[in-house]
Order: sequence, then C-alpha cells, then structure tokens
Amino acid sequence: MIYSVGKKCGFMDKITITDIDKLAKLARLGLTKAEKQSLASQMTDILEYVKQLDEVDVSQVEPTSQVTGLTNVTRDDKVLRSDIDRDELLSNTPDTENGFIKVKSVL
Amino acid sequence: MAKDTITELNKKFMQRPDCVNDELKEILRTIDIREDELNAFVTVTAESALQEAMSSSKRFESGKSKGILDGVVVGIKDVFCTKDVRTTASSKMLDDFVPAYDATVVKKLKDAGAVIVGKNNCDAWAHGASTENSDYGVTKNPWDSTRVSGGSSGGSAAAVASGECVYSIGSDTGGSIRQPAAFCGVVGLKPTYGRVSRYGLIAMASSLDCVGPIASHVEDIAKILEVIAGHDEKDSTSVDLPVPNYSLALDKPLKGKKIGWAKEFVELGLNKEIATAIDSAKKIYQELGAEIVDISLPNIKYGVPVYYIIQPAEVSSNLGRYDGIKYGHSSSESENLIDHYFKSRDEGLGAEAKRRIMLGTFVLSAGYYDAYYNKAMKVRTLIKQDFEKALEKVDVILAPVAPTTAFKIGEKTSDPVQMYLADVYTAAINLAGNPALSLPCGFDSSSLPMGMQIIGKHFDEETVLNFGHMYEKKAEK
Repeated sequence: MIYSVGKKCGFMDKITITDIDKLAKLARLGLTKAEKQSLASQMTDILEYVKQLDEVDVSQVEPTSQVTGLTNVTRDDKVLRSDIDRDELLSNTPDTENGFIKVKSVL
Repeated sequence: MAKDTITELNKKFMQRPDCVNDELKEILRTIDIREDELNAFVTVTAESALQEAMSSSKRFESGKSKGILDGVVVGIKDVFCTKDVRTTASSKMLDDFVPAYDATVVKKLKDAGAVIVGKNNCDAWAHGASTENSDYGVTKNPWDSTRVSGGSSGGSAAAVASGECVYSIGSDTGGSIRQPAAFCGVVGLKPTYGRVSRYGLIAMASSLDCVGPIASHVEDIAKILEVIAGHDEKDSTSVDLPVPNYSLALDKPLKGKKIGWAKEFVELGLNKEIATAIDSAKKIYQELGAEIVDISLPNIKYGVPVYYIIQPAEVSSNLGRYDGIKYGHSSSESENLIDHYFKSRDEGLGAEAKRRIMLGTFVLSAGYYDAYYNKAMKVRTLIKQDFEKALEKVDVILAPVAPTTAFKIGEKTSDPVQMYLADVYTAAINLAGNPALSLPCGFDSSSLPMGMQIIGKHFDEETVLNFGHMYEKKAEK
C-alpha cells in the first residue's frame, strides 16, 4: 500500500537510533543497544501503518478526548480521612526513613 | 456438560448451604489438575477462599445470604488492586506489590459475598492480545494448549472456560475482555465507558479502560453487572445513572427489532468460517423475529491506527508513575536520582510496555503532536459518529469479535502490527465508548470456539444482554 507521505502534515518516515535516544531520555527509560535497534525498526513499521490516517479529511472535525461528556467533575473542597494509614501506604515503598520516602541524591 | 448458571448455583446454596464449600473445593481440585498446563492464575488464594466460602455457607445456613453472588467463586484479573493480596499487573515491576486497598469492583464483590479464588494472569499491564506479554508465562487455551487464550484478559477467560472459577472480572481497553472470551468459548461484556468504576484498576489508557465480567452464560453477566455497575465518587469518569435490573430485560421478545450488519466487517479480513457462523446467527435472529439491516461504518477501518496512537499516548503517561521510588521495582545499581529512574524502568518493564511508552512519547512530542495525536483524536470523533448514526437506525449491531480463532503460541510475537490487528473489530468500540458483548457462536473446523459481538447504544446494556440471551437460548436447543 502506498501512502501519501505528508510533509504537509508532518508524518515521520523512519525512526532512527538518534530519535530513539531522544525519546528514551524524555521517557526516562533505560534501553539496551539491542532494544534500541528493534524499537527503531518496529516503531517505523507501526508509524508506517498508522500513516493511513493521512487520507482522512478532518478539517471540519473536533477532537474527542473522552466519551462521557462529563465536564469539571469536582468534589467538595474538604479534607476526607482515609481508612488507610501512612505505614500501610508506605509498606510498598522501597526506601523510607521516619515515615518519609527516601530518594537518591539529585546531583 | 452445561455449567450451572449463577442463579442455579444460588438455588443450590439456598437448599444446601454446605454446597458453597463443595463448589469451591471442586474448583480448587480443577485448579490443581489444570493449572500446571493452563497458567491462568498469577496467584491462587485458596486459604482465604476457603474461609470466605465457610462464612458464606454460614450466611446461607442462617438465612442471611448477601444476594445472588454470595458464595460464587470469582477470579480477578491481576490488574485490580486487592487489599493484602499481591497485585502484579503480570509485570515484574510489581512483583511484590501488595495493595493497601481494594478496587471498587473488588470491594463491591466482597460486600456481595463473593469467594475470591485468585488473581488471573494477563498480558503485562494489559498490553496485548495473547497473554504472551505476561512476565509470568503465557496462559494456554483450554481447547488447544498449543494456542493462546487471547488477551489481555486471557487468564480470566481460560479460567472460566476450564472451570477454575465461575466468573472473572476483566478489563477491556481495546478488546481485552471480548477477544479472549471469544478465543476460549465464553461470554464477556465490555460495558459502556463510565458504567463500572475504574478506581483501583491499574490504569492502562484512561479514556478507554472499561471494567467488565467474563462468565459462561449471558444471564450470569446480567447478574454480575447489577452488582458491579454504578457511580463511584472515587472515579470521576464513572457516570451517575441508575443501574437497571438487567436480568428483567433478558427474555424480551425480539420481534420487530433491528440488527445492523456492516459490509465493512468482511472487508477487514474476516475468516470465512467465522463469517459463515455469523450468517447462521443472523438466521437465528430472523427466526426470533428480528430484522437484519445493512449499515455502514465507513471509518471503522481506522479503528486500529487511531487506537495505536491514542492508547500508547495514554499508556506513556500512566506508566510514568513507575519510577522505582514510591512503589514497584527499584534498581539496586543506580548512582543518582535520574540514573535510578532509567535503571528501575529498564529492569522492571518488559518489551511491549517499553514499545508503548516510546510510541506514546513520540506521538505526544513537540512537532508530532498535531500529525499523530491530534489527528487521531479527530478521527476518533468520526468513528464515534459512525456508531451513533448506525444505532439511530437499529437496536444493536452484530459484529465479529476477532478476525480469526485462537492463534498458535509464538505466531505473532515478532510482528507487533500483526498482533495489533487482532483488535480490528474491538478497538473502535472502545474509542466510541459503546457497550459490547462477546458470545460464542459455534466451533470452527479445528474445533476451536468462534465468537460474535453485539454492540449497543451508550448505557443500553439491557438491550445488548437481551439480544445475547435470546440467541444463546435458541442456539442451545
């Protein structure tokens, strides 16, 4: 199948290792060299496949981000007590100290 | 041998309360015998289940049963938080994660007296159509162990089909309840988006995720939905509409009702045997007095491409929380904070999750957002409108569930696009939000179950279940 490859709408033709490195950095995702290579080729295939959307005219169409039509669902601005205590919640945390979550040094 | 319906089980339990314990023990025996081969569970909770069954039988003894689901044995897909029971999402990232609270659907089932026998296997993070992405091994198809059970709720469907539980709760983002139900010859419902609370469901793609049951009979689905549906203040996308008594609508006559069939279904590569089976189903509906009407869903062919933009975009955002700090796998090799993020996520996440995070990050990235994500959201509007227009003319739409029956283990693992095409008849419905029921419609020449789908208007599960039940009754004869 031949798609009209769109400069006009900014479709990507090929994902390179440089692209993969950039995206992995944005996503804070460590990848091995082999993973990067296979991702570059698989993502190129997937993007080639979704390129068929280029043929749809959406110039008069509004985007849909959700289907319920609910808007601005809020609750009263009141503190609700949880029936889960802090120790219970922190029991899954890899590293804690005095009831706080511990992180590695930033620098 | 036909399995008891939940109503029949309830009758047994009322007459002989000890049957609750017997039924559970029978199921635990089945798990003992079949589980080594099938691998439909990540965790079996036999001990707590035996206690729950004991309490339930005492309730029946004293005439204080909690209703139709009391004592009935359920499996829970391992993407739902269960208090004090390990919840992995079938990913090593959450290998030792033990939630401090129950998902709303789990809480509702517990309040209804359910006996929870374990956590069903699935594709890691519910990413997949075969359970081959599970970090705990593939779930095999009970009808042919060289084949997949479907996915992502493959463990749920295989467990129900093999008698390892009476029903299971699954999640469906692009077909993950309906396709495994079809592959394993059982019934599965994706309710309307917002009908069942997602609170406590490990999020995959939040604008698409739906919670629903997998069971052996349409009537069971109605009974379960009556318990799990409804507004939840903890899920702001759940809709505040009354929950109907779905069971009451099951036997409504179909005379004069209209069923839509879209010519596009065949064009999308439908297997001939499934097409023939659905033709036979159409005849059954005609015998029941319904009329088959030609409809068109011109944009359904864009369902998978739109889905594989919107879904990874939402996945990349939802999986951002797994950073090795708050909970989940934490790397022991890292030197500083940023390195800790990279290493923890690298070690904890599998190939498919990584692929979707990368794809989602790409379609949302500056320079490509408009071409991919925004475009996909616009085509989503067209797909939604296709279903709305079609359902103005007809009561329900009949459709295939998957283009094929259960495929061989390993057949599609090397080619993501081929695997994604398994969602060709299901993903579009998640984009549109409509309810859809998957139910068996016979066996193919390799003795594998085939499935069909009944799609309804938003929040009209009653009509969908009515059509499913009437077909099931007539086809059984």
